[in-house]
Amino acid sequence: MSDSMKFGVITFPGSNCDQDLIYALGHNLGKEVVKLWHKDHDLQGCDFIFLPGGFSYGDYLRSGAIARFSPIMDEVAAHAKKGGYVMGICNGFQMLTEAGLLPGALLHNTSMNFICKNVYLKPVSKSALLTKDLEDRAYKVPIAHGEGNYYCLPDELKALEDNDQVLFHYCDENGNVTEAANPNGAMHNIAGVTNATKNVFGMMPHPERAADALLGNLDGKAILEMIG
Amino acid sequence: MKFKAIIHIMPRPEILDPQGKATLHGLHNLGFSQVEQVRIGKQVEITVEADDAESARASLEEACRKLLANPVIEQFRFELTEA
Repeated sequence: MSDSMKFGVITFPGSNCDQDLIYALGHNLGKEVVKLWHKDHDLQGCDFIFLPGGFSYGDYLRSGAIARFSPIMDEVAAHAKKGGYVMGICNGFQMLTEAGLLPGALLHNTSMNFICKNVYLKPVSKSALLTKDLEDRAYKVPIAHGEGNYYCLPDELKALEDNDQVLFHYCDENGNVTEAANPNGAMHNIAGVTNATKNVFGMMPHPERAADALLGNLDGKAILEMIG
Repeated sequence: MKFKAIIHIMPRPEILDPQGKATLHGLHNLGFSQVEQVRIGKQVEITVEADDAESARASLEEACRKLLANPVIEQFRFELTEA
């Protein structure tokens, strides 16, 4: 991707990872990044739109269900339809599935616990911008969610796997995709997916929380570097 | 005319309901050993102004499909009465 890509991070009421993402993109990766407001109808000429993590609208009704009708989501959907890049992290991923921009849904973790810890991710898709050039190893990235259990219909799951749309699998430290390494019960250990045209990305783990050397882990930065 | 709708939203049968499962364990711990299954959903009560029951029904259907339920993981039904 060219260095001239402009990034936009949307703040929804209840977003809490918007500043982390702006810091990671702007400070750690040196990208041009602007803040967007959920009530606006303007993407300010951004090429790559981020929907951050948090608890938009207090997770009322279902996580992401109300935010997905925020005014700016019309422009986000139009941007995605034109082939523009959109990425949702955690609550942002939930919004994208609610909006139908990504297949499936995020159910309650099978343990019913909110889980906040480091997990390991194995890059899967060899054709999606986000993962195709990542190394074949386990990346350590934190998760923090109560509803991250990826679910979709069997036909959709087959389509996702046949079309190389799975971005990451939860794995162990050595890169083995096992049931024990699955933190939330997600189908086939899926931690992130992309759409059929591979310009919309969603993942539950937080790469922006592992993008600064001071935090002692740069695996998230390595992932974010893939997009620009 | 005013109508009142009681909307029942339940996780689809093929979906594991961890909330129901945890509650089932709680009931068993309390000695309700005869309880076999627990599924937990939501009930939404809505008052709606419409010309007739048919148009009230149509707009509620749309509201359920668009926002109140997520058809990927939930199913819904509602009872409509004149308020």
